[in-house]
Amino acid sequence: MSDGRGLRGLVLLIVGTGLLAPILAGLAETASAAFGHLPALGFDGWSLTAWHALAAEPGLATSLRLTLVTGLGATALSVVLAMGAVAALAGRVPAARGMRALAPFLAVPHAAMAIGLAFLLAPSGWIARGLAPLMGWALPPDLASVNDPWGLALILGLLVKEVPFLMLVTWSALGQIDAGRQMAAGRALGYAPAAIWAKVLLPQLWPLVRLPVAVALAYALSVVDMAIILGPSNPPVLAVALTRWFFDPDPARILPAAAGALVQAAIVALGLVLLWAAELLAHGLGRRWVRAGGRRAFGPGLAAVLVGGLLTLATLALLALAVWSLAWRWSFPQLLPESWSLKFWLASGRWGAALGMTLWLAMASAALSVALAILWLEAEDRGQRTRARWAEALIYLPLILPQIAFLYGLNVVALRAGLSGHPGAVIWAQAIFVFPYVMIALTAPWRALDPRLSRAAAALGAGPWRRLVRVKLPVLLRPILTAAAIGVAVSVAQYLPTLFLGAGRVTTLTTEAVTLSSSSDRRVVAVYASLQALVPFVAYALAALLPAWVHRNRRDLAGAVPA
Amino acid sequence: MRLATLAALPLTLALASPALADWQATLDAAKGQTVYWNAWGGDDRTNAFIQWVGQETERLYGVKVELVKLTDTAEAVTRVIAEKAAGQDSGGSVDLIWINGPNFLAMKEQGLLHGPFTADLPNAKYVDLSGAAPAAVDFTVPVEGMESPWRLAKFVFVHDSARVAEPPRNMAAFVDWAAAHPGRMTHPDPSNFMGATFLKQALIELAPDPAVLQQPVTDATFEATTAPLWAWYDALRPNLWRGGATFPENQSVQQQLLNDGEVDIAMSFDPASTAAAIEQGLLPETARVFVPEGGTIGNVSFVAIPYNAAHAAGAEVVANFLLDPATQGHMQNIEVLGSFSVLDPAKLDDAGRAAFTALPTAPALPQLEDLGPTLLEPHASWMTRLTGEWARRYTK
Repeated sequence: MSDGRGLRGLVLLIVGTGLLAPILAGLAETASAAFGHLPALGFDGWSLTAWHALAAEPGLATSLRLTLVTGLGATALSVVLAMGAVAALAGRVPAARGMRALAPFLAVPHAAMAIGLAFLLAPSGWIARGLAPLMGWALPPDLASVNDPWGLALILGLLVKEVPFLMLVTWSALGQIDAGRQMAAGRALGYAPAAIWAKVLLPQLWPLVRLPVAVALAYALSVVDMAIILGPSNPPVLAVALTRWFFDPDPARILPAAAGALVQAAIVALGLVLLWAAELLAHGLGRRWVRAGGRRAFGPGLAAVLVGGLLTLATLALLALAVWSLAWRWSFPQLLPESWSLKFWLASGRWGAALGMTLWLAMASAALSVALAILWLEAEDRGQRTRARWAEALIYLPLILPQIAFLYGLNVVALRAGLSGHPGAVIWAQAIFVFPYVMIALTAPWRALDPRLSRAAAALGAGPWRRLVRVKLPVLLRPILTAAAIGVAVSVAQYLPTLFLGAGRVTTLTTEAVTLSSSSDRRVVAVYASLQALVPFVAYALAALLPAWVHRNRRDLAGAVPA
Repeated sequence: MRLATLAALPLTLALASPALADWQATLDAAKGQTVYWNAWGGDDRTNAFIQWVGQETERLYGVKVELVKLTDTAEAVTRVIAEKAAGQDSGGSVDLIWINGPNFLAMKEQGLLHGPFTADLPNAKYVDLSGAAPAAVDFTVPVEGMESPWRLAKFVFVHDSARVAEPPRNMAAFVDWAAAHPGRMTHPDPSNFMGATFLKQALIELAPDPAVLQQPVTDATFEATTAPLWAWYDALRPNLWRGGATFPENQSVQQQLLNDGEVDIAMSFDPASTAAAIEQGLLPETARVFVPEGGTIGNVSFVAIPYNAAHAAGAEVVANFLLDPATQGHMQNIEVLGSFSVLDPAKLDDAGRAAFTALPTAPALPQLEDLGPTLLEPHASWMTRLTGEWARRYTK
């Protein structure tokens, strides 16, 4: 395989300059501002000014506490619920069907889900309207059911998005450990299914889901869009406070914001350490528990019921989006609008541009990411080597590192290069976060490809590129399109990269939806959020339909390749 | 009376305008440009109006307008600062900003603005730019031609007359009203300009000597002047919506709360917004505007051009178009925007005056004379101190 080395070098170069360098440069700019060096504002040289300013911010301690409580709480609950629900469902529901049912909840961007949940949970929301006749409410109750000072609504919002993600990850990991036979063996020894899950399967599953859990944890600790819509506001969680300071009229607040961005990174690091500590603890305690030999355990049934409740909430939230987008007047406590209107959907002059920009950014960043992922995987094939741990870490880096820690700095770099505010800069910034998901989604099916196909082609005289283009890519069409659809979904959901590098000139459905979520018109917000939720659905649908059509006369390719 | 005293305070005169630049040259340079107008994007009618402005300037002068919607004007200021930080002293991404108050002060003080240009605009002849005229000072800071006026803002309260028959008559009366109706009243977060204006409105009424508000704040004046305000606020806060622990992000969210029936009182900087919101199905038919007896804060909204704007000529053409009597008349139309004009009626010719006659009315649209006297904005430094102190006291 002579040109494997050249291709590997090329991939390394692209990943290094396109992915790693901007992250490091962004971090460096942020850190330099955090240590007082911001010449544009007359801060020259090194000082601790930024840290003093950060410490003096009112409500900082509360922000930190809220960040930890919502982030750690939501992730811990998500892990328990997801594992429990999969334990209850696996064996009863076929894995493929279960995962298909979860996909829509994964596809909906966080912001759209948050807006829908706010419509549902608010004191004047659907739930309160349903309760109004029973409780005798003529006016909405004075209850903090969203934006509550404890962050409960935010935790619920994170659960709705993280539980389906972790269930999907767990379910697909289950396929790798031959759970069925172990379950049979355990039951023969008289263990309850829940006990087999906890004692036998979980220790094998954990290493496979550890990284996705870490990604979910890092996300929950640094989420901005969902926290703006559902979280507390006075003060908000740290990441939202940082976003506010970065865009404060008083430019000097960039200093505490930069220092806070480093704190945000430290919080995520702390979260990962806690995750690791929890693993060690479970390791020790779990061993004792296994040795004690108890054959009973409970929980999965309850978890499945709770997850069912969460998914019902999510469905109602999406329905609320649709109904609000079609309402004209809908006052409390009416269960349905008093009058309906298509006006906001027909005013495509307003949302058309944002939709177009969203599609363009999504297709470009997904296409770039898929191309790079194919090159990377092909380079691995040609070198006939497994992925080094540092390479795996590199893929996960953008998902673990909080966006706010380096996006401010990255924008400073982009400004110097004259790129800020250009859609190209936003595509690039989005691709940093799209690529990892595409890479993760494509790796397993790529490796599962029967190597005899390539060997047969080689024996027939096809060179490496011809084998790639004529054999591998067509056979892998379905997983490639699935990975691209995931890339589109990730791109559509991006908020901070568009906000920072778009310089306000690049407006997408997401930036519009988040901006409008603090406006007076739920109907317009609902149109943007519905569109935002629809784009990933369409992408997934195309990813499912296109291969079936292209391969309509190839029986063994029409859905046979593991996706 | 207070207004008279305040207005009589000595204020720095606007700089004498430089010789009128060759407007035709500006028009020529502007042709074909696209002006990125950065504006707070939370109001749909304003957004639609800006879109209309763009269509007109493109038709008349070949200048396109691209609206960059901001959640906070500060975003645009930050962007210009970031560009300056990166050494991008020309070809900047922001061409025109809807601005006033502290954002203007910050940009002016840091030399981030293009100008003076206002006096060079042909339509500036319709505006009173002399002395302490509302269009010549911005939160007591002399404009000095560094920003051009475009719409008049006046602080008003909104209530649902079906639920609140007798709204509070002055700011002090809000305490009793809230005690009688706990949880039915709130104000936007003071980090938002509308929340800050609510506090300033109360400060002007409660301050022992409101005249000091026209001077930059000092530690001594701040202490003495705000003491009655905090006493008033401490009495009010426990009876606010959600116990005064959480506040709506801005006035749009609060208007939605009023529409939902979560609160009974909202506020706006646009006396016409209530009538327009009813028209759009965003407030009940019974919503009405009210103002405290002593009058309310008023100010002028401006547009400014950053020093590094890529399309400064186009931006000037847009600023000039905004001051055209026909544009201002269109803007004052309740069916369009309903914002009061910044032009001086005394300076208008017959054609100009015609633009303002026979504008339609609506039941919820107040007449200018119902709105009471206009109180001057305190010096911008007060707002920064006030919101900072509020955060220190109530953000735990």
